[in-house]
Amino acid sequence: METLFLLIVFLPLIGAIIAGVGGTLALKAIGSAADHHEHAGDDGHHHAYDGPRWPALLTTGLLLFCAVLSWIAFFDVAIGEQQYKVEVATWVHSGGLAADWALRIDTLTAVMLVVVNTVSSLVHLYSIGYMSHDPHQPRFFAFLSLFTFAMLMLVTSDNLLQMFFGWEGVGLASYLLIGFWYKRPSANAAAIKAFVVNRVGDFGFALGIFGIYWTFGSIEFDTIFNAAPTQAGKTIEFLGYNLDTMTVLCLLLFMGAMGKSAQFLLHTWLPDAMEGPTPVSALIHAATMVTAGVFLVARMSPFFELSSTAAMTVTLIGAITAFFAATVGLVQNDIKRVIAYSTCSQLGYMFVAMGVGAYGVGIFHLFTHAFFKALLFLGSGSVIHAMSDEQDMREMGGLYPHLKKTWAMMLIGTLALTGFPLTAGYFSKDAIIEGAFAADTAIGTFAFTLLVVAAFCTSFYSWRLMFMTFHGRPRATKEVMSHVHESPNVMLVPLYLLAAGALLAGYVFKEYFVGHDEALFWGEALYRAPGNTIVEALHHVPAMVKYSPFIAMVLGFGLAWLFYIKNPKLPVALAEMHMPIYKFLLNKWYFDEIYDYFLVRPTMWIGRFLWKKGDGWTIDGLGPDGVSARVIDVTNRIVRLQSGYVYHYAFAMLIGVAAIVTWFMFAGAH
Amino acid sequence: MRNILTIADAAAALPEIALVTAAMALLMVGVFRSKPATDLVTSLSLFVLAATAALVMFSSSGTVDAFNGAFVVDTFARVMKVMVLFGSAITVTMSVHFMKLERIERFEYPILILLATAGMMAMISANDLIALYMGLELQSLSLYVLAAINRDSARSSEAGLKYFVLGAISSGMLLYGCSLIYGFTGVTSFAGIADTLKQGEAGIGLIFGLVFLIAGLAFKVSAVPFHMWTPDVYEGSPTPVTAFFAAAPKIAAIALFVRAMVTPFSSIASDWQQVIVFISIASMVLGAFAAIGQSNIKRLLAYSSIGHMGYALVGLAAGSAEGVRGVVIYMAIYLITTLGTFAFVLAMRRQTGALEEISDLSGLAQNNKMLAFILAMLMFSLAGIPPLAGFFGKYFVFLAAIKADLIWLAVIGVVSSVVSAYYYLNIIRVMYFEEPVDNFDSMPTELRMIIGASGIFVIVFVALAGPVIDVARAAANSLF
Repeated sequence: METLFLLIVFLPLIGAIIAGVGGTLALKAIGSAADHHEHAGDDGHHHAYDGPRWPALLTTGLLLFCAVLSWIAFFDVAIGEQQYKVEVATWVHSGGLAADWALRIDTLTAVMLVVVNTVSSLVHLYSIGYMSHDPHQPRFFAFLSLFTFAMLMLVTSDNLLQMFFGWEGVGLASYLLIGFWYKRPSANAAAIKAFVVNRVGDFGFALGIFGIYWTFGSIEFDTIFNAAPTQAGKTIEFLGYNLDTMTVLCLLLFMGAMGKSAQFLLHTWLPDAMEGPTPVSALIHAATMVTAGVFLVARMSPFFELSSTAAMTVTLIGAITAFFAATVGLVQNDIKRVIAYSTCSQLGYMFVAMGVGAYGVGIFHLFTHAFFKALLFLGSGSVIHAMSDEQDMREMGGLYPHLKKTWAMMLIGTLALTGFPLTAGYFSKDAIIEGAFAADTAIGTFAFTLLVVAAFCTSFYSWRLMFMTFHGRPRATKEVMSHVHESPNVMLVPLYLLAAGALLAGYVFKEYFVGHDEALFWGEALYRAPGNTIVEALHHVPAMVKYSPFIAMVLGFGLAWLFYIKNPKLPVALAEMHMPIYKFLLNKWYFDEIYDYFLVRPTMWIGRFLWKKGDGWTIDGLGPDGVSARVIDVTNRIVRLQSGYVYHYAFAMLIGVAAIVTWFMFAGAH
Repeated sequence: MRNILTIADAAAALPEIALVTAAMALLMVGVFRSKPATDLVTSLSLFVLAATAALVMFSSSGTVDAFNGAFVVDTFARVMKVMVLFGSAITVTMSVHFMKLERIERFEYPILILLATAGMMAMISANDLIALYMGLELQSLSLYVLAAINRDSARSSEAGLKYFVLGAISSGMLLYGCSLIYGFTGVTSFAGIADTLKQGEAGIGLIFGLVFLIAGLAFKVSAVPFHMWTPDVYEGSPTPVTAFFAAAPKIAAIALFVRAMVTPFSSIASDWQQVIVFISIASMVLGAFAAIGQSNIKRLLAYSSIGHMGYALVGLAAGSAEGVRGVVIYMAIYLITTLGTFAFVLAMRRQTGALEEISDLSGLAQNNKMLAFILAMLMFSLAGIPPLAGFFGKYFVFLAAIKADLIWLAVIGVVSSVVSAYYYLNIIRVMYFEEPVDNFDSMPTELRMIIGASGIFVIVFVALAGPVIDVARAAANSLF
């Protein structure tokens, strides 16, 4: 088994290196004069890519293999109740600090392996079609595989340093892929924004790691988990205050999670990240990387169980994010942005589950969400592909007759997202809402309310997306409509597989993740304090609570139908009537503007000041520039002394002698 | 009263006597041979220089006084003489091709170099004010003629004339200094002066004499403020002559300078040290700053050599055996690097003639990778970048200065070497980063070998430093 885990983790890296180095070299060698006879896409327009196809095929093949291995591992570890620890190599041993490369394989990891490798392999496959025209294909696949490796490193980590390595690795890959079309200024800006906002969270994460090492003298999971109870109730001095140790550590870690998982206040990068190619959005910014924060909290559950303050904060932030993002999603017009806000919102749901102590439920939602959200993204990618790269839903409509297969897949995704009974989302999302209620605390009830409202919004914007895109009158130009075509099979097959997951993942696995076999399934991977019976309690909530998300969903669907099918003039009228609210939502609660005003501009001003006045004027002026200017001055004067006249030269000699003699007369002689 | 000339005296001065005699013989060959004799005389002069070097090394050992103490042969003298002979021989070799192309090949040219070399050897061995002056003049008179050897060229004639006039003034100063020293001590021999100074305090008159003596010597090493002839003469003289000026006479003048300070005036070292520190700083700084403003490579090298004399004088300013060791190492490295650089300047030639502008080097790296690389190494070495030879030269003189508590001198030296790095690196920039112009004509084998050998020297010096340092230490110790 150990070899199997090594293969799962390192094959993507090998693929990335070969595809990246070899593929790019091959691409250079071929140049632009390559032949045209080979192309995966069957849609006859522009063929910009003439380079080698093997990097795409190689990485995809490796990832498909990894995916199969991951499912084997999943059945062995999660269903078969095994646990492994694979030592790979020694890494850092410095003083008391020890961190080694090791793979920690338990149920939590196995679930993540399945999620990551399944979605990643399908996205690779999909990209063969989607990126068939891109002139930098090898680079794209190398980055995708690199991302997969980093993500696998993150989820298999056995200590916090290794996790941080994976954490930063996915951040790097995310940066590279958002800015994949680096000639677009907006893509570069989005990539930088994602990187910088994540730095804020990572700063907290790093502090958390330092704090854990400071407190426990170790960063290895086994050691710190065993020692965690001994620190309960103790205090630590932080920023001049004596604060509860576990609360401080958990909140610092959660800060990292907030950045990576785009939670409220640190969410601004995620919608902009949609500048990247759509497969990237599906893989990184929906199914895997953004769930790393959720994974972190689940992994650190022995810590979060010891701090009710931290857990409450997680619940609160999660609930606010779920609500906030859902409201913004209501009015967005960019098809990918709607799904991006939806992702943001669903991540909020997961954090609510984490916050109330229902870790398994949260991971369950992570698991199902990966399928239907990737499905939605790839489906929207199929739409965008068909619409000649148009992303604005106002320019779509009436696509159903042309894209029946895509429509069906999007429909399944929408049903799963909105929690239609028996689909994947129904089991996981409703469990979270019930869990929030069952927490039976003020924060829990507050979260419950927001989540139900968010469920209504989710239903509304999801159906709005469906209706605006596929139904009603076509709003695109004839030129575009004439090009509309169903995607090739290489793009559709991943959709079918994801759709199967979106339909079945909930029903098949619900007993394991949240049902009767729950305790056995998770084993020691997730820790719940003895008094934490939330998973049991959420099955015994009032009937009205159980029905509330369903009702919200139906209402949302009804309203969307009314607005966008029955009477399309209504939303316009409503928006005009409540302009301030509409503007508020359309502008995403003005977060970008607020951050720009309070953070970005002052920073830019300080930077500009230090650059122009501090460095340019003061340091350069007095330092390098000033010195070199003086050197030139001196040089010019000395050169002018060299007049060419012998009597000048003789005079200089005499002056020299006279000066030295004078020196001795007055100072030197004794 | 002993005899004026004894066998022992003649034996001590055997290399010089042999060299002068051979020079006279070659002159006869040149004059009386019916066919053009330049090639023959040149070849024979190389042989004579080599033979003289062998005589220097093997005809005596230890310290030998001759001519009533006016002439001394010690390890220091032998080392410096070999360097001078080496410099002269290489210069003669480098000249052949250039002189032919410029149509100024004359058999007098190698003979004048031989005579100048004889003068330098006399300078190096001079242990008496009279001997000092005699050697200096023998050298200088030959050099004046050499500067003007291209007598159809106004520039060359002007260079010779300027050098002569200013050299005469400096000789006057030197003689005036000598007479003051003689007047206040009553002796002319270095040993005698040293004895006199040990007995009593030196008066201001003697100090005046010392200052004038230093002025005369500083002129020969072209130290500031007695340097002003250097750029003009370097630029105006034919390039092989410039190469000669920059190499052998500098060695001899520095050797004379060292001996004339260390031997007679060791008991008033604190006095002359102040003067040396002043001219050393002035030379380093002026050499660094003024070279930046040059576009002619010969002029640039003139300022460069002014700066290098400043660095060498840092070692002398330390006034210790360690300092003199530094000077010897510095001069050895300077000699070889300078010869290599001038061989390169001689190789700068296209159909239109010899080239002297830095801009002519544009893009050389693309036309001739190897040549550009070697010149880059030579420039890095002159700038004192480790691990090339030039770094060690500077290292040993600065080390001596610091040990002699002349911290500020070392600091200023390092700062000015940073400034001077600018113009050395500028040459590299022009070669590597400017648009290429036409390639140079292919160069004769001897230049190729000299450039290659000096390039190898500066690169591998780091591995060979041990023996060189040992020889320099032995030379320095023989003076103290």
